[in-house]
Amino acid sequence: MIARIIALAAGFVALVTLPYWMHGEYYINVSSQILFSAIFALGLNIIAGYGGLVSLGHAGLLGIAAYSTGYMLQAGFGHTLAILAALVIGVASMAVYAVLALRATGIGFIMITLALGEIIWGLAYRWISITNGDNGINLHGRPEPFGFAIESARNFYYVTLVVFLVSFAAVTVFVRSPLGAALMGTRDQPRRMNALGYHVWAIRFWACMFSGLLTAISGILFVYYTQFISPQALDLTASAEVLLMVISGGAGTLFGPIVGAALVVVVKSVVSGFLERWNMLLGFIFVAIVILMPEGLVPGSARLWRLAWRRLTAPGKAAVPEGKP
Amino acid sequence: MSALTIAGLCKSFGGLHVTGNVDLNVEPGERRLIIGPNGAGKTTLFNLITGEITPDSGSIQLFGQDITKTPSRRRAHLGMARTYQIITLFPHDSIVHNVSLALLGLSPLRWNPFIDMRRQGHITERARTALQRVGLAHIAERPLTQTSYGERRRVEIAMALAQNPKVLLLDEPFAGLSIDERRDVHACLMAIPRDVTIVMIEHNMDVALEFAERITLLHFGEVIVEGNRAEVVADPRTREVYLGH
Repeated sequence: MIARIIALAAGFVALVTLPYWMHGEYYINVSSQILFSAIFALGLNIIAGYGGLVSLGHAGLLGIAAYSTGYMLQAGFGHTLAILAALVIGVASMAVYAVLALRATGIGFIMITLALGEIIWGLAYRWISITNGDNGINLHGRPEPFGFAIESARNFYYVTLVVFLVSFAAVTVFVRSPLGAALMGTRDQPRRMNALGYHVWAIRFWACMFSGLLTAISGILFVYYTQFISPQALDLTASAEVLLMVISGGAGTLFGPIVGAALVVVVKSVVSGFLERWNMLLGFIFVAIVILMPEGLVPGSARLWRLAWRRLTAPGKAAVPEGKP
Repeated sequence: MSALTIAGLCKSFGGLHVTGNVDLNVEPGERRLIIGPNGAGKTTLFNLITGEITPDSGSIQLFGQDITKTPSRRRAHLGMARTYQIITLFPHDSIVHNVSLALLGLSPLRWNPFIDMRRQGHITERARTALQRVGLAHIAERPLTQTSYGERRRVEIAMALAQNPKVLLLDEPFAGLSIDERRDVHACLMAIPRDVTIVMIEHNMDVALEFAERITLLHFGEVIVEGNRAEVVADPRTREVYLGH
């Protein structure tokens, strides 16, 4: 328990002081990328990890929020209005998405979300009057929340960090709440939950809405970070990538998606500078995770740590099998 | 007024008539046993009563209120609880968390995303009380994966009792239990007060007959014999379809 608090505090201090010990603007930007990808992964983890509803179209929802921001800014609205509109449109799209996808669970849910994601991608690609097609939408400038200019890498990092910490706190509170417990109940025993008096569909729907909110927030940060949005950000690869973040880190755990996001972003943006076939490396890493720690990096490491600790503290037991002199 | 009234209930899966024109009347406080050979439609009848499947025709009343079209989850709020023949619990959680989920199901708190579940002392207390009734309070914190089959059966019963039901449906509560475990479960069931009406499906005649006052015999989805213990056991049709084997 104490070790956990110390580790959390150390992680927090490391994140807050990161721009001071991380050399180079590039690496600070990579850190920002990790943080908003982590928000995205946390959002997907709500339904995929805690709800057992694997979505393969979440990049489409992220894209809707990003495009909404870009379109509003291009149309001449201010940042506040653009962000608010993106949140509302993002969450409203999630509502439609959830109503359609929640007609099924399991493989059916995956296939419907895959189709919906592809439809959104198709719209982004073809609805040129709004999305500018393949050319995408360019943004000019970032907002100044409370007069705090976030043009620099460091300042953008801090804004992203604040949003990330708030999102993480919200997810933590949700997961420990009765509604969170009910969501996990619907994942493990939907039939029993129904017989116990729970509205299984509604619980899943509200979980989707929370997931949609986090996805929209991540989409807004994403589009302000890259200053550009094109259909490429919405395609199936992007949806699969965020799902890999969740699964590799540990689905249904609080820290798993964050570790997964760090892993994917670091390999994608840093290692790809040294290695042309970084996709292959990522593939190898995932295969290794699936073989060695099928439950994901965070729970898997915890398991190995406990095992190692037991071996260290009780060496006698491990060396001499019971019943033998 | 009857606790549970079923009139003309029918259900078919394609050409298979699993429930054929079943009438059932259970008085408040009664202990009713439903018997019948495998495939007689006993569990299907339970699923119809709890609303997990919808009947083709007929009606179901709970204390005079028509619940034929009431969604399954609402029936729990109206005072109906059940256990499953195949144990249906939350495997990743502790025993007390399982029972807490049962309590939460009937509480408006279940929609709350802001409070900490572990700090809801009144829920945990009530869960422990329910576990006390089935003799599991001493292992309340144990993860479900580390419990025996007999203990899980009792967790099922504790979850149903925690909801303070008016009508309790027990689907083969003795199935797969050892003699000792059977005695434990039997003691839990005998201790349930008379304000709870109990309908039980059971194959294990020695324990079940001792428990029940009235018995309904189902065969091919239809009620063949109904009456008190002596009447049903003595009836030649019972011997023919069931006890004779």
